[in-house]
Amino acid sequence: MLPKTLRILLTAIVLIGALAAGHSPGQPPAGAATPAPVNVTLNVYAAASLAAAFTEIGRRFSADNSGVKVVFNFAGSQLLSKQIVEGAPADVFASANTAHMTAAAGSGRMGLATNFVLNRLVVIVPTDNPAGITTLQDLATPGLQLLLAAQAVPVGQYALDFLARAGADPGFSPTYQADVLANVVSYEDNVKAVVAKVALGEADAGLVYTTDAVGPDAALVKKIAIPDNLNTLAAYPIAYVADSPQLFWARGFVRFVLSRDGQRLLQNYGFIAAAPATKK
Amino acid sequence: MRSGGKDHGRRAIVGSDPARPASLGRLGGLGLLSLPLILFFLGPLLALLVRAAPAAVLESLGQEETRLAISLSLRTTFTSTALSVLLGTPLAYLLGRRRFRGRRLLESLVELPTVLPPSVAGVALLIAFGRRSAIGQTLQVLGTPIAFTSLAVVLAQLFIAAPLYVKAAALGFAGLDRELEQAAAIDGANRWQRLRYISLPLTYPALFSGAMLAWARALGEFGATIIFAGNFPGRTQTMPLAIYLGFEIDFNLALTLSVILIATSFLVLILVKTVFQRDPV
Repeated sequence: MLPKTLRILLTAIVLIGALAAGHSPGQPPAGAATPAPVNVTLNVYAAASLAAAFTEIGRRFSADNSGVKVVFNFAGSQLLSKQIVEGAPADVFASANTAHMTAAAGSGRMGLATNFVLNRLVVIVPTDNPAGITTLQDLATPGLQLLLAAQAVPVGQYALDFLARAGADPGFSPTYQADVLANVVSYEDNVKAVVAKVALGEADAGLVYTTDAVGPDAALVKKIAIPDNLNTLAAYPIAYVADSPQLFWARGFVRFVLSRDGQRLLQNYGFIAAAPATKK
Repeated sequence: MRSGGKDHGRRAIVGSDPARPASLGRLGGLGLLSLPLILFFLGPLLALLVRAAPAAVLESLGQEETRLAISLSLRTTFTSTALSVLLGTPLAYLLGRRRFRGRRLLESLVELPTVLPPSVAGVALLIAFGRRSAIGQTLQVLGTPIAFTSLAVVLAQLFIAAPLYVKAAALGFAGLDRELEQAAAIDGANRWQRLRYISLPLTYPALFSGAMLAWARALGEFGATIIFAGNFPGRTQTMPLAIYLGFEIDFNLALTLSVILIATSFLVLILVKTVFQRDPV
């Protein structure tokens, strides 16, 4: 319990802060006409793997554009695209693969999509690595508890692609793909669940995006790289929703993600920048 | 205040006489006021049933993934319900028939899983029975990891659904007339005979409906299962999990399983209500 005077003081500071923020002039996205003072909530639907990076991007975007509140719906891209097709009130959609963006675009609601980052597959093991996995070949050791994302989740499909490629590679045993799949104990419904359960030590290894193994979870897992020739560089497309009631801000958000600032921010979270040079 | 008297003053109100129920349409204003919520419950369920084309449902039923999910759901829910009855009946009897210090605390503890979000239960189970826990490591020595197995599915269901059985059964035991048992005791019936010939037959409706409710709840268990048991077809992918993932890849599969779950749950509830009506406790 805080002393009463301190509580009043804190309340006053918060109120003054809120008033001050409300009075600062809004900074609209560059290169567009400014609408009247705004009170906008922007609904951004973004792949679960973007959660950390986009949360910070949203914070920056709101700071730059006062009166614009960014609300995120982070989930598997397949779920988000389904929701958009069913008419969910999204303003922006950032997908973890092209297929789900194309599916969403099938609704006729999406603006033109641009690839904004690339991501790549990596093997993670708990820091203490109880199963002693050090190479990709070790994943085929019988009796391991291995986690993949479900096939409907983009990273789940990329993991299967990797296993298929490795199985055909002379550096791996011909039964590699089948041996590794026999170790899978669960196809998790999203990639963050794979990271969480490996970080908890409940599984011996998991296949996730590089970007899922940064941030607070990074201390709890070790990464084993997958070489480029076996890897899939996942392209993330972003697009505004054309029937958005706040199209101006939706386009502004997309432009911010593609801007040099936005790209640098995404790189901090382990993504590979992919945006074409933005005109400014 | 007429609370003590019979219902002379209320005879004129349509539908208030339990012996002569009125049809829903004749209930006037009250019926009308109840309508929004009734429609709200009915709407989504009907929408789902309408959307599920019989041909597509039949086709999905033929798919291996659907059959695996149904069979796993049946196996795990029967096991968890049997365990609920086996382990829950003594606990329910204790809660319903005995007065002891801390009874209210114990009661609240037993009911806690029913109000917790299932995801909390899932995380708790994973931490308690996971490979890094004391229990998990003991079992690891015996060579049986629990997480990601059908056993984990059963445990998740038991955690979430058993309290429903215990609560219903405890209420049943509490409503039992003490004098009947005492009379039997005077006539020389021993503890087991009293349970076998007096307590159990008289509380059977409560026990039965409790078990059915627990079964229906176990059948619908999702949150704790996906966290604790994961998702693997035929091993841990129950019907609700298959619906959730099917929604993302195979919409017809999701619809088919949803229709089955709605029908089953509705039948269970009707059954439970009928049992209670015929033989009120």
